[in-house]
Amino acid sequence: MNTDTKRRVFLKGSLAAGTVGVAVTAGLLTPQTVLAAWPEKAFHAKKTDEALSNSLGSGTTEASDKIKIKAPDIAENGAVVPVTVSSDLPGVENIAILSSANNTPLLAVYNLGKNTMANVSCRIKMAKTGDVIAVVKSGGKLYANRKSVKVTIGGCGG
Amino acid sequence: MAKSSIKIRAKAKGGVTTVKCLINHPMETGLRKNKKTGKMIPAHFITDVVAKHNDAEVLSAQWSGGISKNPYLAFKFSGGAKGDPVSIAWTDNQGKSDSATAKIK
Repeated sequence: MNTDTKRRVFLKGSLAAGTVGVAVTAGLLTPQTVLAAWPEKAFHAKKTDEALSNSLGSGTTEASDKIKIKAPDIAENGAVVPVTVSSDLPGVENIAILSSANNTPLLAVYNLGKNTMANVSCRIKMAKTGDVIAVVKSGGKLYANRKSVKVTIGGCGG
Repeated sequence: MAKSSIKIRAKAKGGVTTVKCLINHPMETGLRKNKKTGKMIPAHFITDVVAKHNDAEVLSAQWSGGISKNPYLAFKFSGGAKGDPVSIAWTDNQGKSDSATAKIK
């Protein structure tokens, strides 16, 4: 390697380091967001099984009526659909909430502590009429249940 | 400090603590257009939420832009006595964060 190429390499390196530095100061890459394992692939997935395998490790689920989904039958405003997911299954580790009608179906993943009960509530956005899917991970297996919600005004974009 | 973006209500009853919380946040998906300018509104939503009881994590959540504006979160855990602190912290995709602590009633 002659001096000229070395200089090239050095310049490239410092340039790359420079952009990272700018990103950090601009608040785009704070240490927290880098460390947090937000599964971007899962949240950007367009299919429910793809979203699940990227977030909970498997795309196959078993239907279970031990998962209860409390959601309205008809939601007037798709921007705010209250959903409560609870389950009688033992040792629930994760709960994922998906909406089949949304562009990116995965909405939320909850990781439960060992004393936490399988009962979480939140409000979700639904693009149009579709199913709310709740997936529960218990003992390494995935169980799912769904409930159809009719949406009169969509809540994603506009 | 400005007023916290998080409201927490925690109640213990029969050995079970119910925590309800409301967070003030726009939760923009990044898919909406500003009607006046026709430009896309950039995505701005909470990605991570962590709830702790006595400094032990009881629930963590990962959210997408598909969670409604000013998100509501409720959950239950066993244990927890009156006066114990419950804290909730969030981080969004723009690197902003906030946290709040409340005592169990």
